Amino acid sequence: MSGANDPYDPKQVAALSAEALDAAVAAAREAVAAAADLDALAAVRPAHLGDRAPVPLARRELGALPPAARADAGKRVNAARVAVTEAFDARRAELAAERDARVLAEERVDVTLPWDRTPRGARHPITTLTERIADVFVGMGYEVADGPELEAEWFNFDALNIRPDHPARSMMDTLFVAPEDSGLVLRTHTSPVQARTLLSRTPPVYVVAPGRVYRTDELDATHTPVFHQVEGLAVDRGLSMAHLRGTLDSLARSLFGPEARTRWRPSYFPFTEPSAEFDVWFPEHRDGPRWVEWGGCGMVNPRVLVACGVDPEEYSGFAFGVGIERALQFRSGVGDMHDIVEGDVRFTTAFGVEL
Amino acid sequence: MRVPVGWLAEYVDVPAGTSVEDLDAAFVRLGLEVEEVHRPAEVTGPLVVGRVLEIEELTGFKKPIRWCRVDVGEAEPRGIVCGATNFAAGDTVVVALPGAVLPGGFEIAARTTYGHVSDGMICSVRELGIGEDHAGILVLGDGFEPGADARPVAGLDDVVVELAVTPDRGYCLSMRGIAREMGTGLATAWRDPGAAEDPGWSGQPAWQVTVADADRCDRFSMVAMEGLDPTAPSPWWMRRRLAQSGIRTISLAVDVTNYVMLELGQPMHAFDRDAVTGPIVVRRAREGERLTTLDGADRQLSSDDLLITDDTGPIGLAAVMGGGSTEIGDGTTAVLLEAAHWEPTGVARTARRHRLPSEAAKRFERGVDPEMTVVALARAAELLAEYGGARVVGGPVDVDTRVPSPAIALDVDRPGRVSGVPYPPAQVVELLGAVGCAVEADGGSLTVTPPSWRPDLTDPADLVEEVVRLAGYDDVPSVLPTAPPGRGLTDTQRRRRTIGRTLAEAGYVEAPAYPFVGTPALDALGLADDDERRQIVLVRNPLSEEEPALRTTLLPGLLATLARNLARGRRDVALFEHGAVFPGGVRTPAPVPGVDSRPDDDTLAALLGAVPAQPWHVAVALSGAREPRGWWGPGRPAGWADAVQAARLVAEAAGVRLFVRPGERAPWHPGRCAELVVGEGGDERVVGHAGELHPRVCAALDLPARTSVMELDVDALPPAPVPVGPRISAFPPVFLDLAFVVPDEVTAAHVESLVRGGAGELFESVRLFDVYSGPPVPAGSRSLAYSLVLRAPDRTLTADDVARVREGIVAVVGMRGITLRSGD
Repeated sequence: MSGANDPYDPKQVAALSAEALDAAVAAAREAVAAAADLDALAAVRPAHLGDRAPVPLARRELGALPPAARADAGKRVNAARVAVTEAFDARRAELAAERDARVLAEERVDVTLPWDRTPRGARHPITTLTERIADVFVGMGYEVADGPELEAEWFNFDALNIRPDHPARSMMDTLFVAPEDSGLVLRTHTSPVQARTLLSRTPPVYVVAPGRVYRTDELDATHTPVFHQVEGLAVDRGLSMAHLRGTLDSLARSLFGPEARTRWRPSYFPFTEPSAEFDVWFPEHRDGPRWVEWGGCGMVNPRVLVACGVDPEEYSGFAFGVGIERALQFRSGVGDMHDIVEGDVRFTTAFGVEL
Repeated sequence: MRVPVGWLAEYVDVPAGTSVEDLDAAFVRLGLEVEEVHRPAEVTGPLVVGRVLEIEELTGFKKPIRWCRVDVGEAEPRGIVCGATNFAAGDTVVVALPGAVLPGGFEIAARTTYGHVSDGMICSVRELGIGEDHAGILVLGDGFEPGADARPVAGLDDVVVELAVTPDRGYCLSMRGIAREMGTGLATAWRDPGAAEDPGWSGQPAWQVTVADADRCDRFSMVAMEGLDPTAPSPWWMRRRLAQSGIRTISLAVDVTNYVMLELGQPMHAFDRDAVTGPIVVRRAREGERLTTLDGADRQLSSDDLLITDDTGPIGLAAVMGGGSTEIGDGTTAVLLEAAHWEPTGVARTARRHRLPSEAAKRFERGVDPEMTVVALARAAELLAEYGGARVVGGPVDVDTRVPSPAIALDVDRPGRVSGVPYPPAQVVELLGAVGCAVEADGGSLTVTPPSWRPDLTDPADLVEEVVRLAGYDDVPSVLPTAPPGRGLTDTQRRRRTIGRTLAEAGYVEAPAYPFVGTPALDALGLADDDERRQIVLVRNPLSEEEPALRTTLLPGLLATLARNLARGRRDVALFEHGAVFPGGVRTPAPVPGVDSRPDDDTLAALLGAVPAQPWHVAVALSGAREPRGWWGPGRPAGWADAVQAARLVAEAAGVRLFVRPGERAPWHPGRCAELVVGEGGDERVVGHAGELHPRVCAALDLPARTSVMELDVDALPPAPVPVGPRISAFPPVFLDLAFVVPDEVTAAHVESLVRGGAGELFESVRLFDVYSGPPVPAGSRSLAYSLVLRAPDRTLTADDVARVREGIVAVVGMRGITLRSGD
């Protein structure tokens, strides 16, 4: 190695010559290219970038050069060092990518394998459909009211203008409760909640009352003695049948699509006057678009308001009731009521946790 | 109500081109629900009127056979063999000629029978598919031309529309009422069959009649007739209409009363006059009185039953059914026709008491036009005169104590206010007129007197309905009202939903059952005799005698559903149900206050108090594998721990802390039953149980061993407190694992609470990660291993901190005889 103060001709310091540096770079590139994997690359690194490798050695000779020659040679050495380093880095990245690809490929699994170790359960569609209907009304500002299934006759009949010996009373197919003077029945409709609500709140009242009701029907494809209704009641100043229709149309659209609407047929319920039964236009019916019978509705009979202490000259109201089983039957194409009431998990699971 | 369209057309000018579908739609628009449209069976080929010219009785056969010569409008009469004997030479009959096909595909051909060629068939009503009467062939009576098409005569072209008439519209249980409705509904001319002229009867009343209960009978009319030919048949057209209406033909006198009832809506009764003894008294039954009614039943009468009586006692159950002693018989030539107006609710009570929902009772319960009694008598008398040769004798009886029904004041704008459709005042008046109301207008206020046939019209609201109905419900616009802001769901409602969702997400399938139980189901659960769940509410008229009571627990229904799923081949089943249960017990009867005003506060409180609380329960039942086997390995069987965990999930969903401790209660396995407790100290309350079913219960219900259940009273859970947000420390935790040797009688829940308490303020969480029993753990104890997380809010913990925590825990558990396992 030359001393610092030795007379020095750069051309005579062979290691710093352009040729020597080019050769070193070329050799390094060749070695890098020849390395087949990261281990081989690591193995050849000392020979080209280690302390004893040609380019670092040449760098050490720089100090021996006269200042005039130093800058020029320094550039050459640096360029050579960068070139060798880059060659190594590039090759390492390439080899690392190859290795990763190989390893990940080896880790491949069959992602279609099932993993139903904890299968989800389901809620009954009667429950979820009821909630959905209630939610439509909660969204409109209604509140959800509850009433007991084992109910006082007075609420189920008398308060609703169903007098003791009126044919409408015997047509209700009531399940009566012992003893004979108990004054209790299994409610035949959710309408008693109307009376309960009017006796416990002051108008304006906007409520829906979902619940289970009872009739002495036989279980068959379209009937069940234990079924569910959602009752609606609005009592306010200035309510008319137009508001009732608007409300039912809105409910129909939210459950049966934007084209759904209702059609009314005059009917009779002692607790509403005028009264109507209504059909809903259901475009998605599995047997093609059609009108489907759905529920009953009407303007609250002033007699009911009077029995509940509401002044019928100041307030008017509308009420409606819809059958949930029936809605489920046509909305979801359920042909047989047995499937709804028997609790077979294959049926219920098809409806999931929300409807 | 069955409406033969041909009959309806006698009163209503049905516009040409009106189809059955149009009629159907019109009925529905009017509020008369069409239940069914009955179309007669099809008869093809030649079906003609024939006149029987000669009858030759053939002898030597096992039954009577006739060889008839019948004029069927051809040049020569035809020879027809017939097995019936209820016709004579000269009668007109219906003849199916060769080539005709009768209902049921019965083809008529000329064939040789009983030694003669029978060139057609003389038909009975049953063979024509127009009735059930197979007693003989159909004899038409006079006025029919041989050879004419017999289809219209036989009613084979007449459609019958069956209507469901709502109970407020009794007048529509008659052709008269239907005609009025359809005249309005089709906007066409119609004639009122009840608008008959006064018969002009005069003379002494034909019978002495006293009405002793004018409250229940405000009009009682009678007329007497003599000279009735007891053998005279009812004319074919009448029999046909009765058959179309579903009423059996009996005799001319009875058929006429039934026919007039269908025509005018006035039920009538015909007594054999010669069997009536002494004056007629209308009165309540006396204690111990009995009556044999026309259906042959001997009935014990109630003092609430209204009777028609004579000197012999009861001869009719008023408004419901006549008595046997005065029944029209084969030899009856003199009749007393009765038509009356009865108070509806009394009729309803009697009909219900005697289970006699007769055609008469059905009409009286729903309201009959009191104007019709004499009109109906006149109509019946006319028919009996024409077809039975009878004549009216003496004057009519007409005990009439009616009071005029009050007029109703109606604001002419009211129908528009109620419907949202602005009807012009003239339209309101016109539509009320169409109903039959007399309307007096004074500016905007109307005074409306409803017609006698509409006792249901008592309030302004009733008149409003008539206006809106006749104007058409389709006119009502659709306007969504704006409700005031609501408060959303209540906490109780939200909690119920969350519980359902939580269990469903945890793998349980909701299975609501009918809430009925029987004693065997409670026995199967092994409930003790004094178990409060045996205090049941009984249904007086249960759907099934096997399950006459309301459930006091959800388990019988849920386990039945579980069994049903297993029976259908499902192996792994996890079910839940939530709903009301109905505790029994002795209660005060619910009062029945009036409805003319709001009940007073005491009455209302008594009413609400008489309705028993119906707690909302939740239950789960599971069997088979809770986690299925799969490519990951074996499955995990469902067991007691799942049932207990379901209770924990419910409590968590409800935002309530639940404590679990060993319990003992039917139907659970005594060693595998958890008692579920909320509250602490004095507020402690048992809210339910969970665990494995007792093996005897599994055996009794035929359920797999180890079936596990949980039931919990959701209503007994306290309200959830508002959650307090924890302070989250960013300092590192220390993990500390500790295993203890725990005596068997100390529960894991207790150990955990001791560990929590002993860990002090650095405690963050604890989790039991292992349970081990067996050597080297001494018998009578087991090892419970816990993993704790410790953390300080403000610093990194040191080894000293951890050592202090450990010592604290060891000291606390040590007091319960719990030691650290050596080596820890």
